[in-house]
Amino acid sequence: MSWMNKHEKLERNSLLLLGFIIVTVLIGGIIEIVPLFRMETVIEPVEGVRPYTPLELAGQNIYVRENCASCHSQHIRPLRDEVVRYGHYSLAAESMYDHPFLWGSKRTGPDLARVGGKYSDEWHTAHMKEPRDLVPESIMPSYGFLLKKSAKLHDIKDHLKTLRRLGVPYNDEMIEWARKDAVAQAVGENRTDISGLQERYGDSVNARDFDGQPDMISEMDALVAYLQVLGTMVDFEAAKNVEGGAE
Amino acid sequence: MNDENNKKEIDEVTGVETTGHEWDGLKELNTPLPRWWLWIFYVTIIWSVWYWVIYPAWPTLSGNTEGTGQYTQFNELAASQNEIVERQKAYLDRFEGASFEEILDDPELYAFAIAGGSSAFKDNCATCHGTGGAGGKGYPNLNDDDWLWGGTLSEIHQTLEFGIRENNYDTRLSQMPAFGKDELLTKHEVDAVVDYVLSLSNNKILETEVVEGAQIFKMQCASCHGDDGKGSHDFGAPNLADKIWLYGGDRSSVYQSVYSSRAGMMPAWGNRLDENTLKQLTVFLHQLGGGEEEQENVSAATESDQ
Repeated sequence: MSWMNKHEKLERNSLLLLGFIIVTVLIGGIIEIVPLFRMETVIEPVEGVRPYTPLELAGQNIYVRENCASCHSQHIRPLRDEVVRYGHYSLAAESMYDHPFLWGSKRTGPDLARVGGKYSDEWHTAHMKEPRDLVPESIMPSYGFLLKKSAKLHDIKDHLKTLRRLGVPYNDEMIEWARKDAVAQAVGENRTDISGLQERYGDSVNARDFDGQPDMISEMDALVAYLQVLGTMVDFEAAKNVEGGAE
Repeated sequence: MNDENNKKEIDEVTGVETTGHEWDGLKELNTPLPRWWLWIFYVTIIWSVWYWVIYPAWPTLSGNTEGTGQYTQFNELAASQNEIVERQKAYLDRFEGASFEEILDDPELYAFAIAGGSSAFKDNCATCHGTGGAGGKGYPNLNDDDWLWGGTLSEIHQTLEFGIRENNYDTRLSQMPAFGKDELLTKHEVDAVVDYVLSLSNNKILETEVVEGAQIFKMQCASCHGDDGKGSHDFGAPNLADKIWLYGGDRSSVYQSVYSSRAGMMPAWGNRLDENTLKQLTVFLHQLGGGEEEQENVSAATESDQ
């Protein structure tokens, strides 16, 4: 089997070896990277997913800052026990506007992909302030300081602009009204006009005082607004077609 | 190095070919790979080709190759869910159409409801109401017979399905006024009525001390909480004459409740859980502490109270 010994030629000629290494790495690289340019072919379009409102986005920024993703995943896998516990498995489209995506890889705490609407605002606020008041065995740190810090909204417009460059479909009007929309959402429909917010982000947008401090738009407001929308956007009746697509 | 004379020489000690390389009299052995290793290596190559054919493997311009096995995780999930449904079928078929009475009368269905209800409780309810249902400040204890919105099976079921102060038409809804904050009562009056409320469950406080509060209570509170302060399920108005307190029974907590009011909310579970799970939970909660009998008996009892 003399062809088996041909590798000696490569091993004795460093330039030739370099050439073959480059070719090999290129093949691997192309196979891994090129499909990413065709991402749209693997995200099934689903009815209902919208970009985050400015307040929710501010909340997501806090979620990233506090690194919630290191203990909480946001991805329900298509496994029976997960679907029973957390609800319908996550669809790719549900996190298509997340930059960065927050799927996480560790569950010290529960998955949060569908936590929206599962608990009340008061629960979230009290739980963030002192988790052990509500769940005695919890090892989650306390985040009471979120109640005392004002949400950072002065630059929220820039966040929307940046995300637009990454492909999130914010239109000019959304960017123009970003800060006012954030305030309107945290003040709530009982005390202000939220028709503009609803026009831009849909009628089902949650607009209320989230943290029980009506005089202040705190980081807690933003974070709870974000948590309360997680996993609630998709209309699963419409998504049935996508599920069936695999069959 | 003597490249050119590629005649392999055999090492005398080991009997293995050398590479022909030599450094200062040291020669490198060219020991071949063990056969067993080599064959496993070949087998993995063949196996990978089989894998490409059977499973989804290669990206294409419009997605990926699907593989002849039609494998997806979604199919696998569906199969495993079907398997569970199949196993539960014996119960589910009867459970689905059964009324609460039939469930209570049938030990098998009852056990099925309790098993399903207790696990659904841990996933969904325990976060607020506690693992054992003991509740906490703002979250009612479900082990006792002190109900806010009623403890019959149908009332529990309605509360579960539509929630409390939720965004739907059938939700449990009531709003206690913020008597102090909205200046319906002066601070002095709030103080007085708090004293009266505390006296209802504390027989150490003499009635003569709380005459003023009693009058205010009659005017402002009795329409929901009842003349005797025993509350009403129609408005989710708590019984104030017992020692069970939702937001704390110390003076400052009660003052806070009267001054700025309370309005806890519970999510509607009708959108999240299917009807069978709701029914299981209802039966589970009903037996947990003091589930009440269905309407007829209860209304008779409340009438005699009034």
